[in-house]
Amino acid sequence: MATVIVVTSGKGGVGKTTTSASFATGLAQRGYRTVVIDFDVGLRNLDLIMGCERRVVYDFVNVINSEANLNQALIRDKRVDNLYILPASQTRDKEALTKEGVEKILNELKQSFDYVVCDSPAGIERGALMALYFADEALVVTNPEVSSVRDSDRILGILASRSRRAEQGDPPVKEHLVLARYAPDRAHRGDMLTVEDVLEILGIPLLGVIPESPAVLQSSNAGVPVILEDGSDAGAAYGDLVERFLGKDLPHRFTMSQKKGFLKRLFGGS
Amino acid sequence: MGLFDYFRSPPSKSAALAKERLQIIVAHERGSRRSSPDYLPALKKELLEVVRKYVPIDQSQVKVHLDREGGCEILELNITLPDEEQRLGPQR
Repeated sequence: MATVIVVTSGKGGVGKTTTSASFATGLAQRGYRTVVIDFDVGLRNLDLIMGCERRVVYDFVNVINSEANLNQALIRDKRVDNLYILPASQTRDKEALTKEGVEKILNELKQSFDYVVCDSPAGIERGALMALYFADEALVVTNPEVSSVRDSDRILGILASRSRRAEQGDPPVKEHLVLARYAPDRAHRGDMLTVEDVLEILGIPLLGVIPESPAVLQSSNAGVPVILEDGSDAGAAYGDLVERFLGKDLPHRFTMSQKKGFLKRLFGGS
Repeated sequence: MGLFDYFRSPPSKSAALAKERLQIIVAHERGSRRSSPDYLPALKKELLEVVRKYVPIDQSQVKVHLDREGGCEILELNITLPDEEQRLGPQR
């Protein structure tokens, strides 16, 4: 049976879609049949980050309303085998997502995929609630910054009380922390919350630390999930994250500040 | 910048302040979120019994929900009654 994973955060702009794209790509690269669904009805962006925006014909809401079937709406990734994208509707409003409709489509996808990744919109309204309702596991994306950490805690509360698992008294949604946009130097100087600080406050297991990196913007410019950018620090961090999710015990890289030489310290530059 | 950094006073450790503020607000918000009173299921059951004396309804037609806003608690009861015909049916 397939596993449904929601990528969520509460706050916007912390890296949910970047994480969804790279996480789903990483699972597919390792041979798992994976579909990633954009739940941000009205503001779809996963298609742009995945580089398939010109191939969208039908969307999630069309399938819910039986205006198209899943095979017509699913976009097959051209770079990675086993990877499919289900885009959000750009024209409808959030009310188009009904619990029954979403459940029906997830059940259908679970027949033919190993992993169903749900890219949640920001906020705690219908789109976000629908994205997390059916989840078995959750990647909570957080930045080392006060408003993001607070909103993540709020989302953890919602996962624990308003998911289907919570409502039906099943074992709780398994939570994973993804700390994105981390700058080890600034954390080391005391200007940014450290990995340990965030872990202490949120109290859920750490799945990965993604360093603040120019590669994230560059790869989004090109419509390539950053995990496919060989040699980039953020791409490598996502690779490790996927391996850890699949059960490998890897040390966390990119959490230490780089040692600067005496001259560099004296004359600046970062 | 680099050279002058050596003569500046050490930067304030703003992250420590962030952590302290977060610990306080998160603990506060968790406190008000968690305590869903445990009498709710019993309340729901008794309500169901009372309403059933007059109207035939089942468990799924009673919804009990407790919300907190600021310092105020709101208990929301939602009882869906069956159609008129169904209700009168057994009495005829």
